[in-house]
Amino acid sequence: MKSILKAAAFGIAALGLTVGAASAQGVLQKVKERGQVICGTGLGIAGFGMPDEKGVWKGIDIDYCRAIAAAILNDPMKVKTVSLTAKDRFTALQSGEIDVLIRTTTWTMSRDTSLGLNFAGINYYDGQGFMVRKSMNIKSALELNGASVCTQQGTTTELNLADYFRANKMKYEVVAFVTNDETIKAYEAGRCDVFTTDASGLFAERLKFAKPDDHMILPEIISKEPLAASVRHGDDQWFDLVKWVHYAMLNAEELGVTQANVDQMLKSDNPEIKRLLGTEGKFGEMIGVSNDWVVRIVKNVGNYGEVFERNVGMGSPLKIERGKNNLWTKGGLQYAPPIR
Amino acid sequence: MTIGDNLTPMNSSGAYLGSGDLPERKPPVLSRGAVAWVRENLFSSIPNTIMTLLGFWILWEITPPVLNFLIFDAVWEGSGRDACLESVRNAPVGACWAFVKVRLGYFFYGQYPIDERWRVDTVWLMGTLGVVWLLWPRVPYKNWGSLYFFLIFPIVAFFLLVGTPTFNLQKVPTNLWGGVLVTLVLSTVGIVFSLPLGVLLALGRRSKLPLVRLFSVIFIEFVRGVPLITVLFMANVMLPLFLPDGWRPDSLIRVLVGIALFAAAYMAEIVRGGLQAIGRGQYEGAQSLGLGYWQMMVLIILPQALKIVIPNIVNTFIGLFKDTTLVSIVGIFDFLKTIEASFVDPRWATPVTRATGYAFAAIFYFIFCWGMSQYSQWMERKLATGHKR
Repeated sequence: MKSILKAAAFGIAALGLTVGAASAQGVLQKVKERGQVICGTGLGIAGFGMPDEKGVWKGIDIDYCRAIAAAILNDPMKVKTVSLTAKDRFTALQSGEIDVLIRTTTWTMSRDTSLGLNFAGINYYDGQGFMVRKSMNIKSALELNGASVCTQQGTTTELNLADYFRANKMKYEVVAFVTNDETIKAYEAGRCDVFTTDASGLFAERLKFAKPDDHMILPEIISKEPLAASVRHGDDQWFDLVKWVHYAMLNAEELGVTQANVDQMLKSDNPEIKRLLGTEGKFGEMIGVSNDWVVRIVKNVGNYGEVFERNVGMGSPLKIERGKNNLWTKGGLQYAPPIR
Repeated sequence: MTIGDNLTPMNSSGAYLGSGDLPERKPPVLSRGAVAWVRENLFSSIPNTIMTLLGFWILWEITPPVLNFLIFDAVWEGSGRDACLESVRNAPVGACWAFVKVRLGYFFYGQYPIDERWRVDTVWLMGTLGVVWLLWPRVPYKNWGSLYFFLIFPIVAFFLLVGTPTFNLQKVPTNLWGGVLVTLVLSTVGIVFSLPLGVLLALGRRSKLPLVRLFSVIFIEFVRGVPLITVLFMANVMLPLFLPDGWRPDSLIRVLVGIALFAAAYMAEIVRGGLQAIGRGQYEGAQSLGLGYWQMMVLIILPQALKIVIPNIVNTFIGLFKDTTLVSIVGIFDFLKTIEASFVDPRWATPVTRATGYAFAAIFYFIFCWGMSQYSQWMERKLATGHKR
């Protein structure tokens, strides 16, 4: 019987009759009925989403998923994580298997438009960076003229590298490998002077070295990799909700509302905080949840800064600086529209 | 005394036969003992000697580092990466077993809730009981054993693992399953379903009914014509796009069906090979006894055919067991994938973490596959009733 079903499925494929998963009911309504948010996550990326000893997933992306669950269902554990490979992730979202994709996915124009996705808030500004040995005494990527660079074949990493060195009129030599592991091993063995990949990856890989402290990551970031959560086209209510969960976490950090002080902050006279925490206005209802939604998010998950520090920042072994991911008031790029 | 003295003429043609014992001779030189064995087996000729020395040299080069890594320099206790860092310990660091130890629960159960893991343990215990009951010839009541293993056990295991409100068991969705649990579920279901399905397909392919034959041929050739990875991708990526919202099967079930059907197609061809080895006389003999088609197959043909193809069947089982690692590409966390996912944990990021994880996986897979092959060889010897060639 199953094989007949399968054959029927192939038949449909052959005819090109793909049935979209569009349905009249919005995702928010479904989530409320189901009592669970289904998030697409990765297969394990340090700091963004990986299983801990008990099998519980931890990371920035997972915390975003928990924040959405806290805002809607008042319980950060009411999430179901579906681990997706880079290839499956968009299909899973398009077919309705997951509600929201939070999986270190770079926001690009082609994905935003032709894949039928809406990107809702950049939770990490990543970009390609360089790692060198401290003994080289280099402080900037602009001093890398003539260096040999280890990189992975066939990725955009190689293109970005070529663009950067050409734009700065520097010479370089590429030593390319098929897998990331080979690349990093080659760099550690001294085959090349520089190792390049996404900056967050550089920090994670460095920990695997025999002597991590002998290596440093240069401040220059040579490509834009804004990692963002995404939802399907065509459900604006859900899109708004996911977007504003992100902005709420940013606003909470900006206004100094933390996991520890959120209860005291409820008594604050600051109108911005009052609107944020729902003691004034009906902002929660506008996105289809109760007005104390931000209180629930911050109490259960924390503000953006707390999430960052806990998973990838100084509170984690990765020890990534806030950098571009700092608030706009502190020289970073994280900027949230006001709640009013 | 000469030999001629014992000879007496026997008949008119003049042939002679002995009429007494020949004199005793010394036994041939039979060298025994370790030295002789070594000389005979290891140093019998110059090429043999060279190969022996080469072999010993390779062992000499490889064994100490392997033992050092796995045992003598290994780190057994620790709570973080510092325990397995050479720079911190100031001593050579081998395998970081502390990492495996901390993660062992995750490797075995995946994300299965900790309070509910006794259910998985119960299923394992029940499964082991069933396997021993069925596979160990000395244990009696095989019929009850099959009833238990093929009917009672799957039902109980299903409700235990998935959970049911009737018995107050919390529901555990399959996306939380992982590790050894998933590997064993996938391979057990694959193995248990692929053999009967394969037998049916093999019989179908040799059937005289054209529709049955056509279906079997198409199925077998189609499945053998695509790689397992493609089947898994289709099950996971394409199927959700075709099926309407309500009846989209669970991703583990999709993969289970894919693997079982895939293995069944290979099994069918193996069984067909066994069927072809059975002489025509067996069919005719069965028919002359008045047996119908199914009686003939079940009582006469299949027992002989399956016995012949035991090595191939076990070959497929072992292959299937290892193929289950492919499910990681569709986001299901089998044993190997749980290990790989743990490599990214920055709290355990050390130069030896990866090697340790893979060594652990190798030991696990070796124990299972070697066990299967040993059992099959033992079974073959037991069943070798005059068919040994």
